Amino acid sequence: MIIARGLTKSYGGAQVLRGVDLHVRKGGIYGLAGRSGAGKSTLLRCVNGLESYDEGKLLVDGTDVRSLAPRDMREFRKGIGMIFQQFSLLNRLTVYENVALPLRCWKYDARTIDRKVKELLEIVGLPDKIRQRPRELSGGQKQRVAIARALTMDARVLLCDEATSALDPKTAKTIIALLSEINRQLGVTIVIVTHQMSVLRSACEELAILEQGKVAAAGAVDEVFLRQPKALKNLVGEGNITLPGEGVNMSVHLSHEEAMKPIITRMARDLEIDFTILGGEMESYRDRVLGSLVINVSGKDYDRVVKYLDSRHVRWEALGLDGR
Amino acid sequence: MFSHAYWAYWWKYFDGIIAPSIWATLRMLAASMALSFLFGFALAVLLVAYGPDGLRPNRRLYKFMDFIVNTVRSFPIIILIVAISPVTRAVVGTSIGEAAAVLPLTLAATPFLARIIENGLKEVDRQLIEAARSFGASDWQIIMRVMVKEAAPSIVSGMTLATITFLSATTMAGAVGAGGIGAVALNYGYQSFNNTVLYTSVFILLLMVQVIQGVGDWLYKKIF
Repeated sequence: MIIARGLTKSYGGAQVLRGVDLHVRKGGIYGLAGRSGAGKSTLLRCVNGLESYDEGKLLVDGTDVRSLAPRDMREFRKGIGMIFQQFSLLNRLTVYENVALPLRCWKYDARTIDRKVKELLEIVGLPDKIRQRPRELSGGQKQRVAIARALTMDARVLLCDEATSALDPKTAKTIIALLSEINRQLGVTIVIVTHQMSVLRSACEELAILEQGKVAAAGAVDEVFLRQPKALKNLVGEGNITLPGEGVNMSVHLSHEEAMKPIITRMARDLEIDFTILGGEMESYRDRVLGSLVINVSGKDYDRVVKYLDSRHVRWEALGLDGR
Repeated sequence: MFSHAYWAYWWKYFDGIIAPSIWATLRMLAASMALSFLFGFALAVLLVAYGPDGLRPNRRLYKFMDFIVNTVRSFPIIILIVAISPVTRAVVGTSIGEAAAVLPLTLAATPFLARIIENGLKEVDRQLIEAARSFGASDWQIIMRVMVKEAAPSIVSGMTLATITFLSATTMAGAVGAGGIGAVALNYGYQSFNNTVLYTSVFILLLMVQVIQGVGDWLYKKIF
C-alpha cells in the first residue's frame, strides 16, 4: 500500500529524513515510533503530500506522490484521511458541520452529506452529539469526530499523527480500540505515529522505529519487542531495576509460546541451581503475550545456564556487561 | 442655568446645526468603513495567502504589499487628507465636503483593516489548516471555509476597534473641510466660543462610541 525507498528530506541545513525505506501492507495497522525529532511526523506528512521530499521514491497504492499536479494532489488526498494530536476541529462549527466539511468542499448534495455524516457518527459512537460544538466535548469525543471527518471521503488509508498523545491512558485505549475496529470492518490501512509503547503494543501489527531520519528497526511488533534491538532500548530507556554487583545479571525474553510455560522454574530444577529473580513483566501485544524476566545467576552457574537457554532457543542477554 | 430659555437656545443649535452634522458623520463613517472592509478583506486574504507562512508563499509579492500597507499607515489622517487633495479633486470633483472625505478615509482605513483581518486569520491554528489540506480542500476553500470561519469573532472585534478609531478620524477630518460633527465642534463651538455646541458635540461622540462598542460586543457574543 505504501512503499518508500531511500526517502530524504531536509529543512534548511538540517536533514530530517536520511534515506527511509518502508513497506506498509494493505489493510494492516503500522506503527511509526521514534523520539521527538526522529522524523516520524515528517515521514507521515510525505505520505499525503503535506510535505514534499527531496530524493527517493514514495508510492501510495501505486501512485508516485511527487509526480502529482496540484489538482490531482487534491484528488489524491481524498483517499487518505488524517487525524492529529490536537484534533483540529473547527470550534465554531457543530459536530455535524465539522464532519460534513470535506463533503461540502467536494460539493456533494445535501442528501448524500446527511446520510454520510449520520452513518459515520454512528460508527464512531457519537450519534447523540450531532448538534454540539467541539468545546462541549471531551478530548476522546473530539478525536472521534476527527476520525469521522477523516473517513468521509471513503479513505483507504488513515494517517494518525500522535492521535492519542493528548488523551489520558484510558481514553487513549478506547480510541485505539476504535481504530482497530475501523481497520477490521472497513479494511482501512492505518499508519500510527506515536511515542507511546502501549499504542504500538495494543494496536499495531508491524512497526518501524525511526532514529535520526532512518529506520533503525522494523518488523512484526512482537518479534521486535522480543528481539529488543538497540533502537527499541533507546526509545524506551533502560529499566530502573537496581542490579546486584555480584554474579551475572541476565534478561530472559519469552515469546508467546514460552511465556505460557514455566521455563525458568524448570531450569532451576533441571540444573539444580538457585538464582534470584530481580524483576519481570508480562505484556500483551494485540492478542499475544510476551514476557521478560531479569535474573541474577552466580558466576559458577553462568555457563550452564547459557547452555540450557540456548538449547531451548530462549533469547537472553547479559546485563551490565558490555560485549559479553 | 438650565432654564426654559436655555433649552430653547440649545434646541436651536441642536436642531439646526448639530443634528444634521451627526448624520453627516455617520454617513461618512459608514461609507468609508464599508468600502475599506471590502478592500481590506481582499488585501488581508492576499497577505495571508502570499505571506511567509502562507498557503502560497511569495516573498516578493508579500514584501511589496507589506511596504504599501506600512507606507499608507504611516500618514496621520489629517496629513493624508491634505496630501492627496489633488487626487480627491480629480476623482470626486471637489476636495471639501462629505463625499470628498470618504476617499482619504477609505484609503487610510483599508491598510489598517487589512492588518487587523490578517492578524485574525493568522491566528487560526496551523494544524487546522493542515487538516483541511489533508481532506483535499483548495486554498480558496481553506481561506473562506476554515480561516475566515474560525477567525470571524476576532475579525468582528477588530472591526469594532477600527470603527471607533475611524470615528475619531472622521471627526478630525472636519478640521480640513470634511463637515460632520467634528467641523461643528471646531467651527461653531471652539472657534465661536460656544461651549454649548462644543460640549454637546463631545457628548454625542461619547454616545456614538458607546453604541458602536455595544453593537460590536453583542455581535461578537452572538457569533462566537
